[in-house]
Amino acid sequence: MDWVELFISAGFWAATLRIAAPLIFGTIGELICERAGVLNLGIEGIMTMGAMAGWMWVFQGGSLWGAVLFAAMVGGMFGLLHAILTVHLGLSQHVSGIGITLLASSLSYFLFRMLLPNTTTPPKITSFQPLDIPFLSDLRFFGEAFFSHTALTYLALAIIPIAIYLLYRTPIGLATRMAGENPVALEAQGINVLMIRTGAVIVGSAMMAIGGAYITISAFDAFFFDMINGRGWICIALVIFASWKPGRALFGALLFAGLDAFQVRAQQLAGGDIPYQFFLMLPYLLSIGAMIIISKRMQYPQALLVPFRRGDRI
Amino acid sequence: MQIEPRENISPWRVIFAPIAAIIIAFILCAFLIAWTGEPILESYGYLFKGAFGSRFALSETLNRATPLIFTGLAAAVAFRAKFWNIGAEGQLYFGALAATILGTGAITLPPLLMIPFLFVAGAVAGGLALLGPVFLKTTLKVDEVVTTLLLNFVILLFVNFLLEGPLKDPMSLGWPQAASIIDEGVLPELMARTRLHIGFAIALGASIFIWALMRYTIWGYEIRAVGANPNAAKFSGISINKTVFLVAMLSGGLAGMAGITETAGTKGYLTLDLSPGFGYSGIAVAMLANLNPLGVVISAVFLAGIYVGADSMSRAVNIPTYIADVLVALSVLSVLVSLLFVQFRVRWR
Amino acid sequence: MANLKISNVTKKFGPLTANDNVSLEVSEGEVVALLGENGAGKTTLMNILFGHYVADEGEVEIDGIKLPAGSTDAAIRAGLGMVHQHFTLAENMSVLENIMLGTESLWSLKSTVARSRRKLENLSNEYNLHVDPDAGISELSVGERQRVEILKVLYRGARILILDEPTAVLTPAETDQLLANLKMMVAKGMSIIFISHKLHEVLAISDRVTVLRHGAMVGEIETRNADKAILAEMMVGRKVTRPKAEVMEPGSIVLELENINVAGKDKATDLLSNVSLNIRESEIVAIAGVAGNGQRELAELLSGLRPWDSGEFKYRGEVVSKADANEFLKMGFGRIPEDRHHTGTVGEMSVWENLLSENLRKSPFWKFGTLIDFSAHRKKAAELIEQFDIRCSSMDTPARLLSGGNMQKLILARTLTADPKFVLANQPVRGLDEGAIAFVHEQLLAARTNGAGILLISEDLDEIFSIADRVGVIYHGHISQLLNVRKTDIQQIGAMMGGDMKAVA
Repeated sequence: MDWVELFISAGFWAATLRIAAPLIFGTIGELICERAGVLNLGIEGIMTMGAMAGWMWVFQGGSLWGAVLFAAMVGGMFGLLHAILTVHLGLSQHVSGIGITLLASSLSYFLFRMLLPNTTTPPKITSFQPLDIPFLSDLRFFGEAFFSHTALTYLALAIIPIAIYLLYRTPIGLATRMAGENPVALEAQGINVLMIRTGAVIVGSAMMAIGGAYITISAFDAFFFDMINGRGWICIALVIFASWKPGRALFGALLFAGLDAFQVRAQQLAGGDIPYQFFLMLPYLLSIGAMIIISKRMQYPQALLVPFRRGDRI
Repeated sequence: MQIEPRENISPWRVIFAPIAAIIIAFILCAFLIAWTGEPILESYGYLFKGAFGSRFALSETLNRATPLIFTGLAAAVAFRAKFWNIGAEGQLYFGALAATILGTGAITLPPLLMIPFLFVAGAVAGGLALLGPVFLKTTLKVDEVVTTLLLNFVILLFVNFLLEGPLKDPMSLGWPQAASIIDEGVLPELMARTRLHIGFAIALGASIFIWALMRYTIWGYEIRAVGANPNAAKFSGISINKTVFLVAMLSGGLAGMAGITETAGTKGYLTLDLSPGFGYSGIAVAMLANLNPLGVVISAVFLAGIYVGADSMSRAVNIPTYIADVLVALSVLSVLVSLLFVQFRVRWR
Repeated sequence: MANLKISNVTKKFGPLTANDNVSLEVSEGEVVALLGENGAGKTTLMNILFGHYVADEGEVEIDGIKLPAGSTDAAIRAGLGMVHQHFTLAENMSVLENIMLGTESLWSLKSTVARSRRKLENLSNEYNLHVDPDAGISELSVGERQRVEILKVLYRGARILILDEPTAVLTPAETDQLLANLKMMVAKGMSIIFISHKLHEVLAISDRVTVLRHGAMVGEIETRNADKAILAEMMVGRKVTRPKAEVMEPGSIVLELENINVAGKDKATDLLSNVSLNIRESEIVAIAGVAGNGQRELAELLSGLRPWDSGEFKYRGEVVSKADANEFLKMGFGRIPEDRHHTGTVGEMSVWENLLSENLRKSPFWKFGTLIDFSAHRKKAAELIEQFDIRCSSMDTPARLLSGGNMQKLILARTLTADPKFVLANQPVRGLDEGAIAFVHEQLLAARTNGAGILLISEDLDEIFSIADRVGVIYHGHISQLLNVRKTDIQQIGAMMGGDMKAVA
């Protein structure tokens, strides 16, 4: 009966949302980049940088929303670097992305050590607190599960419909999707492909960084080394699982987060019969499993990984 | 701005472009050092002295370079075929597991056989670690970047489980570490009274072997053709799947050997901190070498020098060791850009 | 008053001068044909006009106002519209999305789908260009896609329409329809630049012809004063005669397909259905047809790249059991692929390595079957470069630096040196200039004289009628009965290409 209780406990659902939120930011960020035709393997490093930058902003006395903006700005700058290398210079998106991850994560650790040379236990900040929503927060079960979250969590959920609207209902969204399907068509209609792709990579990277910051200023209140721990790579798997559609990305992130929340609780329920490492493996194995399931009917953007130079093939 | 291919590629440019790029990386890093308030040239002086300044420093650097050569070759071979194996870290640990399972007493052979046996076992184990991703890639077209990356985490957790359970050395006083490799399997010293072992010589041999393989054999031809233009390769009768599989086994095998040099050479036993990210650094090594197997040796020594040197620099002046990673990352990105200018010319207008 | 004026445009790519001091004027209601061989610089000139390239010298004026260089947007707003040779449409998106792209301000937060749909429907009716706005591009035929391209340009309110080789992918009937449509547009006051290398179309539609050769303008002539001979002379500049096939007695059957079926991905439609044909020694069999009717699948089948679902595939009397490119090569197949860059060569690898790619496994035993015989292969490569006159700075040059003609020579050298019994030539002269075309045809005819059976897949009826012995038409995956080229004519084949298989006498 313990297992049933697990699923009807409000704590489980609350944890699911908390785990899903940074993944939603990261996945939508990556999705925007890839929809414009640019794979961004810098995500792991950019999330690390976002986590560090956001936390540091608050630690140095800045406001929480200021931290979100600051993280987004720093993330956007790494996005710009990736865009210059891959979009403007046409270098390998794989190689540049890995380079960005190396740079962003090492720089985060370096700066963290520089600014806090002599700390052994990571200092804490006052992070985003749960919003008290009149009436809703007081509901039994639902109040705790769904209406006791921080503003940043709700922002993560709000991002999905915004992304859907922008991608499918506005001219800029159409141009972004076209940049990933057939950049030549975009160029032929007088729209600057390089500009659209650059913009998409910057915006996407900014969202990844917010996802990283969520972890240090909303989910926790401190910055640790190796804190991102592969979440960026999981976002890339989720984009594939979502077949490059934002709605499915939400579904994928929630499914994944649910399993992660389950795994933590199942560990306690199993009470040591199964070594804890196997539970910790579950999220990674699930991501691989999700990619296998989707592989048969994958419809990726036609111009993903394809560099564009003006005058090409026209 | 317009980018045009060059008609002739001057060999001088091929050599000097990466050197210039690395100098630029050092200059960029100098800004970070300046910000820490330490003297720039003096700090770099400590770095170089720490890396190459003495017999001991040099031996430490070459020792550190040994696994990097293997993981660098692993990435170079795979990336040449555009098979994006980012899982060298996991494959390294699989190799180390093979050394632990077979080399701690289960099998005893004279050293002349035991050491080659361990390397073969490590290579097989490393290849095995890539079997899943390459199978998924060739049959279901599942992206290998993500599968190999995520498997790193899975494998590390698996090793963690083994070290706290079945493989835990009862003599280790509670530390999660495995039993020591038997004496017959330990790699002999290459330089007296240092940690530099014969693994370095084997790594040099491996890089010459891979270089010759890529250049002089049909396999190498097929790997290069599949990487540069899979459609044309397929058209001329090359089996893409077979080639990708071969590449994966080579790449995984090389990464697995890095696990052998660390367990049977440098450390003597398997622990969870056996590799400070050699698998990931191998990617940087390969990129700095522009995927050239001989260049991998040079770039591995360079990278190892930075890591070893940064350690002693941070002891002498107040600069966090993470500066080494920043320097490496900047080098990778600037070399990447510099190689563009070897093949292309930029016209501004 | 001139509507569009291009003055003294020069554009260089490295050592190559693509446009050399070119000037061109077009007035309202006028059709100017831009005539030139492949590689003469027509497309480059239009790309400059459209801001895809920036000219080294010269300028473009519309209604006396200078166009800013390098801005496609400005060109479109000034009233230029271009239908590109390779369609610029996204397969995974709808017709309406493809047409609306770029018509609204990028920063607008709303998209006016309903109004755009109405505008598109009105245009469709006005110009008699019907297409379902919600259809995905991938569902459309080539002719329909071209209609979308033209609608796209009309939607933006273009007054000067540029069509780059618009008939290359159309059946003769669709071509007639297009020309009729263009005449209607001209009657409504539009100007047209019609880019082509097909003389009869140029004569049929234009008021004036401007001829480009090797990037330079060689002349301009009123169409009523021109005829085919004059234009051909101006275009090619020298006397290049394409070789013609002499009648030869064919030998025994080399390759035979009987009721071959290849199912599509969804299993519902057949990409090739009940294909039967045979090719005899010393014979060139041509397959004519509009692009996208199964030519690619047929070529892949005969290259050993695509398995078939049912039917019998016989080579020199023996049944071939499965598709295997390597096995086909060993059996003596030669294949010239459709796309030189995409499938024909590995651009990053050197010329000599590309020459060796199909002989890779023929290594002497003492090389253990895996070492490459460097000296032998390089010697052979040097011979082939000499024999086929492949112009390259050395055999170590990366293949991507070769010109189209030289790349094709490389592929011919590799294919024909193995003395194949059967040769598949898929669009072997696409994009080549007259000199290179003549060379390719000579080589194919020489292989035929040597006894090879050749299957030529082509969209170019002139090519088919000059070198083929028998011809069949491919339409929706079916191949018609093969006809003797000497007993049929272009009209009959053209009708069959449009699907009128009854035209088979």
